[in-house]
Amino acid sequence: MATAINQKQNFLKGIIKENPVFVMLLGMCPTLGVTSSAMNGLGMGIATLFVLLMSNIVVSLIKSQIPSKVRIPAFIIIIASFVTIVEMVLEAFIPFLYEQLGIFIPLIVVNCLILGRAEAFASKHNLLSSIIDALGMGIGFVIALTVLGATREILGSGSIFDIKFVSENANTFILFILPPGAFIALAYLAALFNRISIPTK
Amino acid sequence: MSKKESTLLNMILSLLIVTVAAGLSLGSVNNLTKGPKAKAKLERKINALKLVLPQFNNNPVADIQMKKSEKAKDSVEIYPAYFDTNLVGTAVIGSSDKGFSGLIKIMVGFTPDGTIKNLVVLDQKETPGLGTKMKDEKYIKQYHDKNPSNFNLKVKKDGGKIDALTGATISSRAFSEAVEMAYEEFVKSEE
Repeated sequence: MATAINQKQNFLKGIIKENPVFVMLLGMCPTLGVTSSAMNGLGMGIATLFVLLMSNIVVSLIKSQIPSKVRIPAFIIIIASFVTIVEMVLEAFIPFLYEQLGIFIPLIVVNCLILGRAEAFASKHNLLSSIIDALGMGIGFVIALTVLGATREILGSGSIFDIKFVSENANTFILFILPPGAFIALAYLAALFNRISIPTK
Repeated sequence: MSKKESTLLNMILSLLIVTVAAGLSLGSVNNLTKGPKAKAKLERKINALKLVLPQFNNNPVADIQMKKSEKAKDSVEIYPAYFDTNLVGTAVIGSSDKGFSGLIKIMVGFTPDGTIKNLVVLDQKETPGLGTKMKDEKYIKQYHDKNPSNFNLKVKKDGGKIDALTGATISSRAFSEAVEMAYEEFVKSEE
């Protein structure tokens, strides 16, 4: 089975058919928590993409060396290490983004998307398939977070990527910046996404 | 591809190797980023000092005074600024934990007579789009060139003269409290 994988489909499934946010509803904590603006969503998405890619690579490389009874603790250690690396690098070189994302960076460790891909995919497939799976899933996650962030920012702040398009004193839907707005926006986007991407019978 | 058997020895060994490898790589990344991290922090501080103080030519970061305060848990940081030998201003970091979420830290620059020259928000975790507007020029301007000895720093709802941010009265209150605290520490440091 591992050899017969169609790599193009493998890549695309993460973006459309098995989109981690809109279809599988994985990784809801960062999805709802940091997407108050498009920039935050994009930053969080890229940080997660990096961790996902690195952990998939390492897990797929050492999968035959890890006894199956201790595979989960081993995966968690690998993921936690990469998250800590991301945190240190962000703090040193992109302090602006580090401040914005705050507590949500260490929380990438418990993002079930990453452990889920390590367990369900990388531990069963070869290196190339795992890299492509991570890229597909990661990019699907980035797109979803950016779209959700942009939607909330447009409705809530009247701006996109911090560029205002309404006047300074205009009333915006502040609700969409607050936590309940995250749930509402996510629900509508997921519904819309599934309506478009899943062919009706 | 045969999986390793889950014998006790195999499990202990593989976990040991994974943790040691993780520890080593984290240690080396930490070494690599320690320098830039400290530099980024210092740069931020110096940039903030330049914003809130009149022109100075000493190094306020080196002349820092740490004062114990009853209000804040940490000691308060006070940075004196000199131009040649004249004291031209003092920057004080005030803080308040009465914000909507987390600590608000504000660096306030005073001229020697206690007038606020400018202020910079160093740390805040307020609601994006509401409380975060405290960083906007429009809001901060209300504090410019005011002397807290004859200007009530509180928001209008509390009898002061500051227009609170729409939908973020709590954040505005905390902001005022942090500035007030900075002023109190400034007055104390003058004595």
